[in-house]
Formats: sequence, structure tokens, C-alpha cells
Amino acid sequence: MNGLTFDIAHLLAGSLVLISFMMLYQDRLFALINVFALHAVVLALSVAWQAYIQDAHHLYITAAIALVFKAIIIPVGLHRIIQRLGIHRDIETAVGIGPTMLAGIGLVTLSMVLMLRVTPEADPLAREDLAFALSIILLGLLVMVTRRNAVSQVVGFMSLENGLVLAATGAKGMPLVVEISVAFSILIAFIVIGVFLFRIRERFDSVDVGALDDYRGERR
Amino acid sequence: MNSTVALLLCGPAALLGTAILAVAASRLVYATRLIYGAALVISAALLVTIAGHLAGSPGEVSAITLPLGLPWTGARFRLDGLSAFFLVVVNLGGAVTSLYALGYGRHESAPHRVLPFYPAFLAGMNLVVLADDAFSFLLSWEFMSLASWALVMAHHSDAANRRAGTIYLVMASFGTLALLLAFGLLAGPTGSYAFDTMRVAHPGRFAAGAVLGLMLLGAGSKAGLVPLHAWLPLAHPAAPSHVSALMSGIMTKVAVYGFIRVVFDLLGEPAWWSGIAVLLIGGVTAVLGILHALMEKDLKRLLAYSTIENIGVIFASLGLALAFKANAMPSVAALAFTAALFHVLNHSFFKSLLFFGAGAVLTATGERDMEKLGGLIHRLPVTSFVFLLGCVSISALPPFNGFASEWLAFQAILQSPELPHWGLKVIVPAVGGMLALAAALAVACFVKAFGITFLGRVRSPVVERAHEVDRWSLAAMAVLAAFCLLAGILPGFVIDGLSPVTLSLIGDRMPVQTAQPWLSIVPIAESRSSYNGLLVFVFITISASLAAFVIHRFASHALRRGPAWGCGFADAVPAAQYTAVSFAQPIRRVFGGFAFRARETVEMPAPGSLEPARLKVDMHDVAWEIFYQPITGAIDFATERLNHLQFLTIRRYLTLVFLYLVILLLVLALWP
Repeated sequence: MNGLTFDIAHLLAGSLVLISFMMLYQDRLFALINVFALHAVVLALSVAWQAYIQDAHHLYITAAIALVFKAIIIPVGLHRIIQRLGIHRDIETAVGIGPTMLAGIGLVTLSMVLMLRVTPEADPLAREDLAFALSIILLGLLVMVTRRNAVSQVVGFMSLENGLVLAATGAKGMPLVVEISVAFSILIAFIVIGVFLFRIRERFDSVDVGALDDYRGERR
Repeated sequence: MNSTVALLLCGPAALLGTAILAVAASRLVYATRLIYGAALVISAALLVTIAGHLAGSPGEVSAITLPLGLPWTGARFRLDGLSAFFLVVVNLGGAVTSLYALGYGRHESAPHRVLPFYPAFLAGMNLVVLADDAFSFLLSWEFMSLASWALVMAHHSDAANRRAGTIYLVMASFGTLALLLAFGLLAGPTGSYAFDTMRVAHPGRFAAGAVLGLMLLGAGSKAGLVPLHAWLPLAHPAAPSHVSALMSGIMTKVAVYGFIRVVFDLLGEPAWWSGIAVLLIGGVTAVLGILHALMEKDLKRLLAYSTIENIGVIFASLGLALAFKANAMPSVAALAFTAALFHVLNHSFFKSLLFFGAGAVLTATGERDMEKLGGLIHRLPVTSFVFLLGCVSISALPPFNGFASEWLAFQAILQSPELPHWGLKVIVPAVGGMLALAAALAVACFVKAFGITFLGRVRSPVVERAHEVDRWSLAAMAVLAAFCLLAGILPGFVIDGLSPVTLSLIGDRMPVQTAQPWLSIVPIAESRSSYNGLLVFVFITISASLAAFVIHRFASHALRRGPAWGCGFADAVPAAQYTAVSFAQPIRRVFGGFAFRARETVEMPAPGSLEPARLKVDMHDVAWEIFYQPITGAIDFATERLNHLQFLTIRRYLTLVFLYLVILLLVLALWP
């Protein structure tokens, strides 16, 4: 593998981590979704680049799915949902931005240390890739944990799933990558957004998951 | 040769089929006869198969692998000397119990709660003994536990039975957990769960010690070792009497089988200290079990506690075998091991017999409380005779079988001065003292059990209406009594029959007994000690007949009934007789202080009051208070603290999962 392909793969994966950080401090829903769309575009580029350098043509399908579904259809759909629900002005972080960013830095450090320790004999590209992927997964979880709104929790979950796809494509010869990414996309698109949001909406007139707790008679 | 074990596997399969049939047919009128008859036929057929195998080629091993269970191991089954012996115990007990149940089961108020589980229970015990990989073993073991639990819960409308069932279920799960961990350690990092790979792989010293401890917990909780015995005196009497006989007489032996299979067969050579723990626990179990039995006035609970004592004797003998084997004295180890197996067989005979007798008393009078019985010898002459034979056997009096096996165990103890290790030199005689104490107390206990129940004057009107039980029950009891006598007067044949087992597990055997003159048995060498049960029997028979002849020839022929001596009281009411509690009082005063923290208080009436003074005895189950209450308290405390975790918000749950993941990753990152 020559230096340039490695550098480009590295650059794309690194920018995914960076965009995950950008998600952490978006306190408006529209902005969050736009950043997520950007995240998906970069993921699509990264997967396509992997397909090119690994000479694995089926990965182009994964890249196309990422581009079409996650970068276009889902963000557009979420935009419309938010407008219909009229929650586009909500500011809904549960934890302050400063501590969240610090926690994110800690998580990235943790995943770097961990991955570099446990995979000393692996292919260097896969190694870096796995470290970045774990960072993205942990940052996605952090987004889910620090938000109150169901929409932004779903966005956090999808960015987490982007990390999984990155990990799966980065390792050469991973079986069923395309199938897994398709399954995940369908899961998110239909079940989570459709059923989850509208059920909450119908019942509680809000997509704040705190309403569920009010319903159970619990304090927050 | 695979045909024998395949043939034997048809037995449990047929029993399971019978269980399914029983679910469908249990409400029919003739269902009781049908199911118990089928169980009798299947058990007898299994017995004949094993007898044929033992007669033809006793040392031969036959194994089979069925494509069930774990995909890479399969369900393995194997018949060797040890499993053949325990199959004899299980199926002999199963056949006689089914015979008894043909009569006893007719009095069952809810047969549809008993009939389906009874054959399933028998099938489970057979499968445990035949299993040859950890998965099949644990599955059969748990199946056996659950089937017996269902039988304990047969009369679940009684709150005491429900409590017994719950405690039994908890202890059985705990025991299976311990077994699971033990097999995990034996399988090692490769995870090979077949017994034949465990047999060649020898775990390290630490792992071997852990396996021994876990087996003591796992098999010991099923067998009833102190302090894991708490469930046994509750659960065994709660089941219908024929099931009590199976649980006490047979299922505890299956637990002993599990212990022997792992510790003697799979674990390899024992360390020198491994016998000590087993010895001490066995000794303590024997003494505490029989002390509890002495304090008991419920006949079936007394028998259940006495089972604990006998399990203690068996485990002490096994501990002796371990100690001698580890110290390169294989001939004495073979002696101790033979004693343990012989006692397994004997206890399965007389404990089943005694539970049958208790069941007959229960059928005839509806009463288990000895304080309400008495004088039954006139109403139930046959039952009381066979019960007496059972009591004599379990009290280890010659010429019956209990004496033969306990005598062998003491012969092994007497070899302890030759042990090289000073710790064992001290501990073995001490345990011998405990066993001697337990044997003496057992005599007192069964004098009490027989005397209070069958002798003396009638204590309550239920006894007046009692009638002798049916022929099936009497036949089953008579068969067992005959076995007790036969094994007692001809122990040499049993010992020689056990020699293939000791040869394969200990590596040595006792001298050939049938070659001895006059059918004596000789543990080590004739110059040291020998015992002849037949001679004792003949002597007792002849002298007793002579005495009877002389009395009847030279004294009066007439049967006279005179007034009983009234101890100086004008009108001796039946309540003035010895009761079960008052009979045990001297022993309670000697041992009660440390064994039960017993305290007696006299409540005197106020001066001038005409109320009687009262003697109150306050007793504690020490094992329950020391071991169980702290555990239940800790569990209650922890659940109370963890309860509010059920009512968090979704985001908090996510946070908890997230933090847990981060902590795990941190541990992984910082692990040296």
C-alpha cells in the first residue's frame, strides 16, 4: 500500500471523528441533522475509497446506501418531521457543551489507547480505522446520553451505526458488510423514526422522552 | 460394544414415554396401576439387563454418542463398573418402590400431580448415572431435581410443603451452579466437556482443590451434607411416602455417584490433604444428622435426618478412601471405598424400607407424629415386624447389612496409624470417634422410632381404627427386609461384586471374599480381623429358638395378659408413657447445648395458683442461623438497595449502559 492511499483513508476516517465532535455541540435540531448529513457524506466517501483501494466492488453498494439514505433521505425526512411537529426551536442538551466536549476528548483518547494496545500485529490501516471507528461509536453513544429529545437520540444512534460501518469496511475481507449496512439502514429508517416518534407524539403530544417519565409518574 | 448402553438407554426413554402417557391417562381409574406397573416392569427390565452385563463381562466399558445436545460433543453415554453398580441401586430401588406404590398409590388424593413425574424422576436418575459428558450430566441432573421438586409440590395446598418446595428449588439450583463451575474448571480453557477428555487432562493443584470444593457444594447439597442439608428434612417428608423413599434412598445416592465420578474418576490422583475436608464434613454430618433425628417426633422427618447421618458415614468412608489413596495405601483405600459403596447399597435398602413403613403407618392412621401413635404392633403386625428389621439394619446390629458396611469402614479407620502424615494420623481416629458416636446415637434413635410408634399403649383414637396395609406394600417391604438380611449374612458376595469398581477407580481391590472359608469376610488379612455374618445369624437363630423352646417346654404354655406396672401411679394414662421427646431428653441435655443451643426453662405458677408448672425447651437450628440467615439478609439488603434502579429514566439507563461500557474499555486499556 503506498503512502497516498493510506493518507487519504486516514484523512476521511479522521474527519468522521471530527464531524462527530461537531455533533456534540449542536444545540439546534436542524443544525444537528445537517451535521449528520455531512457525517454520512464523509462516510460514503470513506467507504468508496476503501472499495477502491481494496478492490472490493460490493462496498460501492454500501457507499451508495450511505449516500442516498443517510445523507439525503433520512435528513430530509427528519427535517420535515421536525417542521410538522414544530419543535425546530427546541434547545435540548441535558449536559453543558463544555463537559460534553471534554468527555468526548476523553473517549477518543480511550479508544486510541485501547485499540493501539490490543491490535499491535494488525494491518496499520485497519488498526487506525478501528480506533477511529470505536471513537465514533463512543461519541455517538455520548450524543444519545446527553440529549433529551428523541430525534437527537436517533441521530446519535445513526452516527454510532456509521462508526460500525466504518469498522466493518476498514477491515479487509469482512463478510456480509453490505447486508449489515442495509439491515441497519432499514431498521433505523422505518422502525425507529416512524413508529417510535409518532407513537410518542400521539400519546404525549411531545417527542421529549421526558414525557414518558412523566407518564410513569417519575421525577426526572 | 455399544449394544448394552444402547439397550439401557431404552429404559429411560420408555420411562419418559410412560410419563407422557401418565399426563394423558392420569385421571383414569386404573391409571395408578398402569403407570406404576409400567415403571415396575421397566425398572425390572433394566435390572435384568445390567445383571446380564455384570454376569457376562463386569469390567467391560461400553459407550455411545447420540447426535443430541452440544453439537461438537454430542450426548455421550457410557456404562462402566461404577455406573453399573449405581444403576443396580437406582433400578432395584425403583422397582421395589413401584411395587410398593401399586398399593400405596391408591390412597393418593391427587394422582394426576404424582403419576406423570414419578417415571420422569426415575428416568432422570438413570440418565445421570449413564451420562458421559458434562452437558448430558447437568441436563439429567437438573431434570431429576425438577421432577423431584414437582413431586415434593404434589400436595401444594399445605403451606409447609410450599415452603419446602421453594427451599428445595433454591438449594437445587445452587447445587447445579456449583456443579456447572466444577465442570467448567475440569473442561479447562479448551472447553472439552466429554468425560473421557477430562479424564486424561489433569488440572493444576489450585483447580483440583476448587473442583473438590465445588463438588462438595454441588453433590453435597443434593446428598445433604451439613450445612447444606437444610432443605432435605423439609422436602423429603413433604413428598408422598414412596417418593420420599426414592428421594432419601436413591436420589442421595445419585448425588454420591456424582461426587465419586468427578473426584475419584475425572480429577485424577488426589492430593494428600484432599481427604481431610471430606472426612471432617462426613463426620460432622453424621453426628449432627443423627442428633437432629433424635430430637424429631415426626416419623418421616426423623427418617430424613437419619439419611443425613448415613450420607455422613458414606462421605467419611469416601474421605478415608481419598486419604489412603493419596498416601499410597491402595489396599486400605479399596477397603474404605468398598465400605462406602456397600453402605450406599445398604442404605438404599433400609431407608426405602423404613420410609415404606412410615407410609404404611400414614396410610393406616393418617398420622406422622409419633406422639399420637403407639401400640401399633397389635394393629399392623407385619408392618411392625419388617419395620423392626429395618430399624435393626440401620442401627448396624449384626447379622444385618448395616453392620457389615459400617464394620468395614471402621476396619479402614483402624489402619490409620500406618498413615505417613501426622495430620491424618490425628484426624482419622477423631472422625472414627464421631462415626462411633453417630452409630450409638443411631441405635437410640431407632429404638425411639420403633418403640414410640409401635410399642407401648395407644396414644390416640386414630390407632384404634388402624388396619394392616395392602399386599403390594407388604410385599415390597418384605422384599427389602429380605435384601437387608441377605446382604448382612452374605456380605462376601457383595464385596466381590464391587471389586471391578474399586479396581478401576482405586487401582486395588479387597481380597477375594468368596474364597474365604465358611463365607467369612476379611478386610485386609485373616490374621487381623474377620467377620462371619452367617455364623452370627445361625448362632442367634439357634440360641433364640433354644431359649424359646426351653421356656415353652419347661415353663407355662399359656399366654397371660396381666396389668402393666403403673410406675406407682394409680391410673396410668397413655400420656404418662415415655414420649418421643422425653425419650430423647437425656441426649438433648448432653449434646443440645452446642448442637442446638437448647435451653430449658421452668415456668412456675404464682404461689397459690392452681395452674400446672410448665417446662419449656427452646431449640435452634444452628446451621440455619449461622449459614442461611446472613445470606438471606444480605440478599434482602442488596435487593432493597437495587430496587430503585427499576424506576430510572430512559436516558439514565442509556447512561448506565454507556458508563459500564466505558469502564469495561478502561479496564481493558489499563490491564497489565
